[in-house]
Amino acid sequence: MFWVGPVIAAILLSFAEWTLSASPEWVGLRNYEGLSADPLFWTSLRNTTVYTLGVIPLQMVLSLLIALALNRKIRFRALFRTLYFLPTVTSIVAMALVWRALFDYRFGFLNGALGLIGVDAVPWLLEPGLAMFAVILMSAWQGIGFPIILWLAGLQSIPEEYLEAARVDGANAWARFRYVTLPLLAPTTFFILVISFISSFQVFEQTYVMTSGGPERGTYTLVNYIYEEAFTKFSMGPASAMGCVLAVIILCVTLIQLRLQRRWVHYET
Amino acid sequence: MRPDARREPAKLQRGVGTVPGGHMLVSATPYLLYVIVALTILAPLLYMLSTSLKTLLDSMKYPPDLIPDQPVWRNYVDVWSTIPLAQLFVNSVKVTGPSVIGTLVTCSLAGYAFARLKFWGRDVLFVLLLATLMIPYQVTLVPTFLFFNEAGLVNTYVPLILPNWLAPAFGIFLMRQFFRTIPRELEDAAKLDGCAPIGIYWHIFLPLSGPPMAALVIFEFLRNWNNFLLPLVFLQEPEKMTLPVGLAWLSGQHFSNVPLMMTVTTISSLPTIVLFVFLQKYFVKGVVLTGLRG
Repeated sequence: MFWVGPVIAAILLSFAEWTLSASPEWVGLRNYEGLSADPLFWTSLRNTTVYTLGVIPLQMVLSLLIALALNRKIRFRALFRTLYFLPTVTSIVAMALVWRALFDYRFGFLNGALGLIGVDAVPWLLEPGLAMFAVILMSAWQGIGFPIILWLAGLQSIPEEYLEAARVDGANAWARFRYVTLPLLAPTTFFILVISFISSFQVFEQTYVMTSGGPERGTYTLVNYIYEEAFTKFSMGPASAMGCVLAVIILCVTLIQLRLQRRWVHYET
Repeated sequence: MRPDARREPAKLQRGVGTVPGGHMLVSATPYLLYVIVALTILAPLLYMLSTSLKTLLDSMKYPPDLIPDQPVWRNYVDVWSTIPLAQLFVNSVKVTGPSVIGTLVTCSLAGYAFARLKFWGRDVLFVLLLATLMIPYQVTLVPTFLFFNEAGLVNTYVPLILPNWLAPAFGIFLMRQFFRTIPRELEDAAKLDGCAPIGIYWHIFLPLSGPPMAALVIFEFLRNWNNFLLPLVFLQEPEKMTLPVGLAWLSGQHFSNVPLMMTVTTISSLPTIVLFVFLQKYFVKGVVLTGLRG
């Protein structure tokens, strides 16, 4: 169990200071105090939260729309399903590089296309706010695959009879969606929400490769900071403390979501 | 199970009369929409492909061409000598191969144990296992690194492969969910024949486990092949880098050479795409298996 030992060690380490050259020293809560006074820590936390709040709705809505489309009985459905999943299958590092080229200020395709319709080149990756937007967009794109499959599974478990009954009662497509499909999708929605949150909060690769946490720390995330502390400065104590904070946040939010689930989600009895 | 979409005729849209030839017209429209959506989603990948076939000069044209006038296929030949791509590939295989095998072996055994064997604390342990899926691995990264550092195993592939031989939680979960669906009569028959639990595993469960194993193969292959943080942390020599890390590292030197970078990313995306295309059916089933229980 490569997990229990390290977790305990992580908790212990977060109360210590260790820079690998000397032996570990117990410093109590100093690491945590240091964190709460550290503006970079709060910046990274804020960035991670902004990122998560941006990616999750975008990705969930997009993937739901695509799943709804894929749910029809069309020919070549399997082909389209494969195609729509391709972004997720590729390495996020590779895709970060591709999108970095797309967003390039002078030679990127995006600015080129905008130029064709008379819009000035946008400094996508050169300004903190825009850079975050770029990262969010790219991540939402890259990760739609899993939610699509989960939505599809959820959609296919909705009995055809309910939709037929609604149709017979004169409900149009939107009404059918809102009053039959959506409520019955609640378990799936919830599951995707939980999974997406857990993985979004751990964002690292995109910000490391595409923007290096910049510009001006605009896309610097929690895991970016953990990595830098632990593996470039070898400051293991604070890094562990941050790791613990990350774990606690994810755990708490997930538990809150589980609580809410009992009130909002109705499972078939 | 729903009937296979391909064996059913496409549904006519409501409100369309029976105009001769109208069937063809109408059923073309949804396809067009799907194709447009597909193109939009694949646009970055198409851009990657098209840029990889341009010369450096071409790629800097503003606005850029969609399809290059003269595709430079040579880029795909040159890249192997400009960048140690082959080395990166080999390294990735060295890591991913044993990892996936380890996962298959240990997870199927563990999944079987959790599904069918009775032992003290089984269900508690399983819930604990699920809980670990919620904890991000970055938390245990630091202590794990320290552990391997003390053992002198940093800068080897051991830290990347070993955890996969200790039955990753996700794999156990997948296999257990699947094994629970196997009818007990099969087991009972084997027990009557005097089969020990390990024999039951070997003769009954293992042969039946094709589909979930295929799903697990894809999941784990993708996870290991595309993993960036772990090799970044544990590997310290450029010669040992795996594909994602090598890609990022090289992009620092070569980024201005956009066609080269695009060629590299195209080539490095191929293995996972090919694997997925072949095993996608199992992949979907695997995701559903984990999702249904919520």
